Amino acid sequence: MGLTLLLPLLLPFLTAILCLIAWDHPRVQRVLTLAGTAALLAAGIRLAAAVQSAGIQSLDVGSWQAPYGITLVADLFSAIMIIMVGLMGLTIAIYSLASMDAARESFGYYPLFNFLLMGVSGAFLTGDIFNLYVWFEVMLIASFVLLALGGEWPQLQGAIKYVTLNLVASTIFLTAVGVLYGLTGMLNMADIAQQFQHNSEIPEGLILTLAALFLVAFGVKAALFPLFFWLPDSYHTPPVSVTAIFSALLSKVGVYALARVFTLFFAPYIDTFQPLLLTIAALTMVTGVLGAVAQYDFRRLLSFHIISQIGYLLMAIALFSHLALTGLIFFMAHVIVAKSALFLVSGLVYRLRGSYGLKELGGVYRDYPGVAALFLVAALALAGIPPFSGFWAKLALIRAGLAAGQYAVVGVALSVSLLTLFSMIKIWAEVFWKDAPASTGSAGAPVLRPVTWAFYLLPIMVLVVVGVVMGLTAEPFFNLAQQAADQLLNPALYIEAVLPDF
Amino acid sequence: MVVILAVIVGALFAAGFYLLLRRNIVKLIFGLALISQGANLLLFTLSRLTHRDPAFVTPEIPGTTLQMADPILQALILTAIVIGFGVQAFVIVLIKRSYQVAGSDDLDEMH
Repeated sequence: MGLTLLLPLLLPFLTAILCLIAWDHPRVQRVLTLAGTAALLAAGIRLAAAVQSAGIQSLDVGSWQAPYGITLVADLFSAIMIIMVGLMGLTIAIYSLASMDAARESFGYYPLFNFLLMGVSGAFLTGDIFNLYVWFEVMLIASFVLLALGGEWPQLQGAIKYVTLNLVASTIFLTAVGVLYGLTGMLNMADIAQQFQHNSEIPEGLILTLAALFLVAFGVKAALFPLFFWLPDSYHTPPVSVTAIFSALLSKVGVYALARVFTLFFAPYIDTFQPLLLTIAALTMVTGVLGAVAQYDFRRLLSFHIISQIGYLLMAIALFSHLALTGLIFFMAHVIVAKSALFLVSGLVYRLRGSYGLKELGGVYRDYPGVAALFLVAALALAGIPPFSGFWAKLALIRAGLAAGQYAVVGVALSVSLLTLFSMIKIWAEVFWKDAPASTGSAGAPVLRPVTWAFYLLPIMVLVVVGVVMGLTAEPFFNLAQQAADQLLNPALYIEAVLPDF
Repeated sequence: MVVILAVIVGALFAAGFYLLLRRNIVKLIFGLALISQGANLLLFTLSRLTHRDPAFVTPEIPGTTLQMADPILQALILTAIVIGFGVQAFVIVLIKRSYQVAGSDDLDEMH
């Protein structure tokens, strides 16, 4: 049973090491990465199956008994996220085969990519708050180098902002861990949760301070209002496959960590925080989408949309009902898939037309109707048009909001959806529909080899199909999300899985 | 002693954030270093300040743990120092590279 939990960490680690050994042979690294990420996806599915059939899984690493050693824990939420890591790793690795330039490949793109996946998987699986900090750092260091790899000037500029703000956030996180340990004498998350529930001697003021520290630390990583400024300044600078994996996984780890600490530690205090969280959620949605509407760069526009989607996720955490948390998990899976598909399309359009500027693009629909159709489906899914996946995700959140009587945030969420649709239509009209500007007219489209086309299109198609399936047959996915929400709302299950003696 | 250390932690954080807000990118490095040292010192302060025995538990004598500093937090600091060391090395290289490309160490002139 232990191996099921360890594999999502060991597989990317092993792949990364093997890639380092094969440093001079990028072709070998490509094959290794494909095999490693495919195995990671399989390991994620196996983990989810194990959790579903046998409840929350936990493993005391090195047989140091919980709560004293480091514990790995997988509930259904973690397992679903591991599946997403595997899926995104595999699709983006395939995409990299076509899109990544030889210079970056020979300077360690693939090992870094695998270390990033390892850090993300570790953050999803750990049951120890200091270990979570360490996994965050593993993930961040890999992402720092991936972001700066290539050393182009915009990349360096973006990297300085990204690195600085994320380091400050990490320090705040470390401070919070220290204070938490000072209060409880424990680092094991289940034990801390258990103490917060039963030990009334812990002063409430300190617990609220802690919650605020975690909110800021994870808020920077998740790009919440007003802490998001590093994201639109850095995400559009590296190659698009790096942007896609960042947007799919990094900010979602921040949201995951927020959901984890608020459901596990601070659930009794959620009423105190609800107005604040809802306000931040609404402001995140609005500023993100307004920023997107104002942009005329394909990737910057999509980067701002990451922020507004994070607002929806925070709204789900704030509402904290069963339906809202179900919506959180469904929305997370949906937005990872849809947003990555859009980024990958933008990279393909760049390859075909040599630009990300909406003004300079045009006529893609005429030349490549298939690419346009893939974009359209992903864009409509993101905006929340039925029958695509975004509709069901937003429906759950809206209904949860109405049930909680939070009409203001529901109104904001709905109008932000309209603006999302508006900016997607803007991309559609500018990039795909309008005639190509005369200046770039017949400068000569690059002739891609069929195999390159296949590596570009296959990942986009897989993601779009996953999104469509999640929309058309939403019920099994929704049931899964519901079971995961059951576990989130019932911390006793988590505590019991880690500490069977209490 | 705790009060003095608390003041120092606060001063480190304040000085670090002040340096982060400067335009000079070299001060950015110093700012990050000061902030992370502030966090480490906070952890150290939480681990009970004592100059008694090192943290080796002798089971025969009950109550020995009460006289020791908490080794867990010290282990955490050690981990955080190692991580901080690696990250700061990366930041220095990043800043050096930016300086070479931009030809300036002033954030406002780096465009």
